Amino acid sequence: MDKVLEVKNLSKVYGKGCADCFGLTGPQADTNICPSCGSVVAAHDVSFDLYKGEILGIMGESGSGKSTSVKCLFFDEEPTSGSAVFYDDGKQYNLFTLNAAQQRQLSSRRFGMVYQNPYLGLNFDISAGGNIAERLLMSSISHFGAIRERASSLLQRAEVPTARIDALPKTFSGGMQQRVQIAKALSTYPPLLFLDEVTTGLDLSVQAAILDLIMEIQQEIETAMIVVTHDLGVIRLLAGRTLVMKYGRVIESGLTDQVLEDPQHAYTQRLVASAL
Amino acid sequence: MTHHIEPIDSPCVLRVQGYAKQFVLHEQSKIIPSSQHVELSVYQGQLTALIGPTGSGKSSVLKGIYRTYLPSDGRVLYRSKNGYEIDLAKADEHHILQLRNDEISFVTQFLHVLPRKPSEFLVAQPLIKRGTSMSEAIDKARDMLARLNLPEHLWCLSPTNFSGGEKQRVNLARSLVAKPRLLLLDEPTSSLDPTTTNVVVKELKKLKDYGVAMLAIFHDPALVEEMAEHIVELQIPQSIEQLQEKTQA
Repeated sequence: MDKVLEVKNLSKVYGKGCADCFGLTGPQADTNICPSCGSVVAAHDVSFDLYKGEILGIMGESGSGKSTSVKCLFFDEEPTSGSAVFYDDGKQYNLFTLNAAQQRQLSSRRFGMVYQNPYLGLNFDISAGGNIAERLLMSSISHFGAIRERASSLLQRAEVPTARIDALPKTFSGGMQQRVQIAKALSTYPPLLFLDEVTTGLDLSVQAAILDLIMEIQQEIETAMIVVTHDLGVIRLLAGRTLVMKYGRVIESGLTDQVLEDPQHAYTQRLVASAL
Repeated sequence: MTHHIEPIDSPCVLRVQGYAKQFVLHEQSKIIPSSQHVELSVYQGQLTALIGPTGSGKSSVLKGIYRTYLPSDGRVLYRSKNGYEIDLAKADEHHILQLRNDEISFVTQFLHVLPRKPSEFLVAQPLIKRGTSMSEAIDKARDMLARLNLPEHLWCLSPTNFSGGEKQRVNLARSLVAKPRLLLLDEPTSSLDPTTTNVVVKELKKLKDYGVAMLAIFHDPALVEEMAEHIVELQIPQSIEQLQEKTQA
C-alpha cells in the first residue's frame, strides 16, 4: 500500500505560548486555554498516517482542534511545531519546510480543500465555471477549450446544471454552492482531499447527494481524504479509520466500526451514546 | 469445551487462545464481561460452530476476531493466504482493513451498508474493491442473488425497505460472492423461511467445498448438527464481583 501522508506531533498554539501550555491543557485539564499565559492550544501532538484511497475521519466537538489540524496541512494556518510528509509520484515533500511558492503549487495542484463555508472555497465574484477554470489555470491546463470542457463535465458530475456554468455562485443554493466547491477541489484530480464539515447545515437530501458524490469520486480516482465532521453518521458512512479529538488532543483512534461500537475513552463513549 | 466430530486433517486458518472481552463503561463506572476463556480453531474447508446460551459472548467473539471489538485478552492467530501468521488482536489497523478487503468476511446480524445503493451493487462491492470489473462483479452479484431466491425486481433497489429475510439474503450474498478465506457468520439464517434456509445451507456447503474456513453462530441446533465439523460451547462469563470473590477465597 502506498502512503500518501505522514503527520507527526503536529501542534498549533494561538498566542505567545509558554512552558506550561501543553502540560496545563488537554482533556485531563478540561480546557484548551493555558491558565498561565492565556494562549489557546488548538492542536497538540497530532500524529497519523494516510494511505492511497483511504478515508480518515476526524471527529470531535467544536473547538477540539480537528479543523485546525487540517488547515495546517492545507497551509491555511502555520503550525507551531511538528512535521508532515506528503508522498507524491515517488517524491517526498516536507510540508512545513516548503517555501510559500512551493506550498501554493501543492495546494493548487495536488491537494483539494472543501470548506464548510463555501465563501472560503469559492470566489463569489466569478462564475461557477470560472471558479473551476481559475484552479485549472494554476495547475497545468491552459487551453481555454480544454478548461471549459473539464469545468462543464465536473459540474455535470456534481449535478450542477450545465446551463448555469456562467452564473455567479451567489445565485446558487447552499447545496449547489457546496457541489461547485467539490467540483473545483476535484478539478485537478488531487491525490489528497480535505473535507471540513462539508455537509454541516445542509438539508438531509442534499447531504445525501454530496456524500454519494464524495464516495463515487473516491472509488473512481482513489483520492485519499481526511473528513472532518462532528456527524457520526458521516464518519460511519465514509471513513475506514477515525481519530477522536478533544481539547486539541487525539484521545482515541481506531477502525471506525470499532471506535463506534467499542469506544475506549470515556469521552468517545459519551459521544457515541449521545448520537441520535 | 470443544468436540471434534470429524478428525482434523485440514490446515488451521484461525486459532483463538484465551480470548476475553470486557467492556469498561467509564460513565457508569462498570466493567461488563462479555466473553471469557475462549479457545477455538477454524480449519480450511470446515465449519466451527459457536454455541452457548444468550449472553455467553458468541457475537463478541466474532466481533473480536473482525476487530469491531478490541479484545481485552488473548490471541487471535490468523494464518494468511501468504502463509504468515498474525495476531488480529494486535495487528495494525491498515493490515486489518486489508485483510477485511481480501480475506476475512463477516455476515453480521444486521445489514450495515451504504444507503441509496442498489442491492446488486452492494453485493458486487466486495469484488469491485478487489479489482473485479464493474460488469463482471454485477453479473456475479445477480447470479448469487438469484441463487438465494431474492426476487429479481428487488435487485435494483436499496435494501433499506426490504423485509428482514430479504436484507439477510443481501447480507449473505455480499460475503458469498467474495469467497473469503475466513467467513464469520452471526445467525445468518435467523429470519429465513425453511426453503430459503435450505438454499443458504447448500451455498455454504459449496463454499466449504471450495475451501472457505467458517466460524458460525446458528440459532437452530439442527443447522449446527448439519453444518459443523467442530463445536465450541461458551459459558456465561462470571461477573467482576464473582471473579474478585474467587481470587480472595
